[in-house]
Amino acid sequence: MRLGETPSQTIGPYLSVGMTWADGAHVVAEGTPGAVWISGTVYDGAAEPVTDAIIETWQGSAEPWGRAVPGGGFAGFGRCPTDGQGRYRILTRVPAPVDGQAPHIDVSVFARGLLDRVVTRIYFPEHELANAADPVLVGIPEKRRSTLVARAADDGYSFDIRLQGLDETVFFDV
Amino acid sequence: MPGTHPPLDTPTYRSTSLRHPAQPLVLLPQRLTELTGPVFGGTALAPGDNDLTRQHSGDPQGQRIIVHGRLLDGDGRPVPSSLIEIWQANAGGRYRHQVDQWPSPLDPNFDGLGRAVTDGQGQYEFVTVRPGAYPWANHDNAWRPAHIHFSLFGQAFTQRLVTQMYFPDDPLFAHDPIFNAVPDEAARRRMVSAFDMDRTAPQWALAYRFDIVLRGPAGTPFEEVGP
Repeated sequence: MRLGETPSQTIGPYLSVGMTWADGAHVVAEGTPGAVWISGTVYDGAAEPVTDAIIETWQGSAEPWGRAVPGGGFAGFGRCPTDGQGRYRILTRVPAPVDGQAPHIDVSVFARGLLDRVVTRIYFPEHELANAADPVLVGIPEKRRSTLVARAADDGYSFDIRLQGLDETVFFDV
Repeated sequence: MPGTHPPLDTPTYRSTSLRHPAQPLVLLPQRLTELTGPVFGGTALAPGDNDLTRQHSGDPQGQRIIVHGRLLDGDGRPVPSSLIEIWQANAGGRYRHQVDQWPSPLDPNFDGLGRAVTDGQGQYEFVTVRPGAYPWANHDNAWRPAHIHFSLFGQAFTQRLVTQMYFPDDPLFAHDPIFNAVPDEAARRRMVSAFDMDRTAPQWALAYRFDIVLRGPAGTPFEEVGP
């Protein structure tokens, strides 16, 4: 017999009490070869920064280089609350192509006002050919596809998340 | 199941208005990235991480309670070795957070943060105090029913869940747009813990049981990343 799922509820405004890890933003340690910062701003439908969100990233448990985080044993997982400007950043490495798909990172966004997480993906601009053949990306209308591709930045990549409105980020039903 | 999870656009909860995606969600096939998730390697948390009443030199104010239950997938199978994070207000309904400034005192002996890892049968246990209800600004004279935030990882990215555990028979249920954002009444009841006389500790603590069901079953774990 199938059991009914427990419903999702918002994390509310006090997420930092329970969901903040000192080193959560470091999927890999500073100085790790190939480490890049992925940073960006979360915006609401009025183009205002969302200052009480938390971003979680996941890029596959079999990545051999993932750094242990509080509790031990995690690999490839990062989390970062947004700051007073709505900004987050994650130090990680660009993953390898996975499962016939272009390199990508799965992202969960939680916030006050989000009754369930929203899920998106980060793809990488230098993988143009792989992106063009990626089974998930090709299923998305071309004009919205760019919301899933990070932009190159000085220390890595920039990836803004727009919850609503013009250039709304593509979110997935998982 | 329809009606289980709250719609992202819930006008009675005002903060959803500018934060819900207006475009339809795109179906994401469950592939390797979705069928894996952050997994514990067996490293224990710090001792006492699951006892919110022992994080300071003194005892916190309020009704001491044991909160326990099982973490299950949709087939009723236990989810072992999975991280559970909780956070909550103190007995007076105040969070230790700079944004929470309503006139109810902080408790120097209570931070309101706990962590546990499920055992081989998916069981977990916390010791804490019963949190108070608190006011918020959503509408005139709005109060949140007492609740404990639960963050669950499960075994796969698809199973990630953050929810709130409520207490039985709370008179504020009828007035709370967050609780009532869940459309299905039976699903709402699944967020309400049950008083558990059998697990009370004489001369020490009351007890509540809260079983959590993640979506699933989780996919077959992959041994390694493909080519």
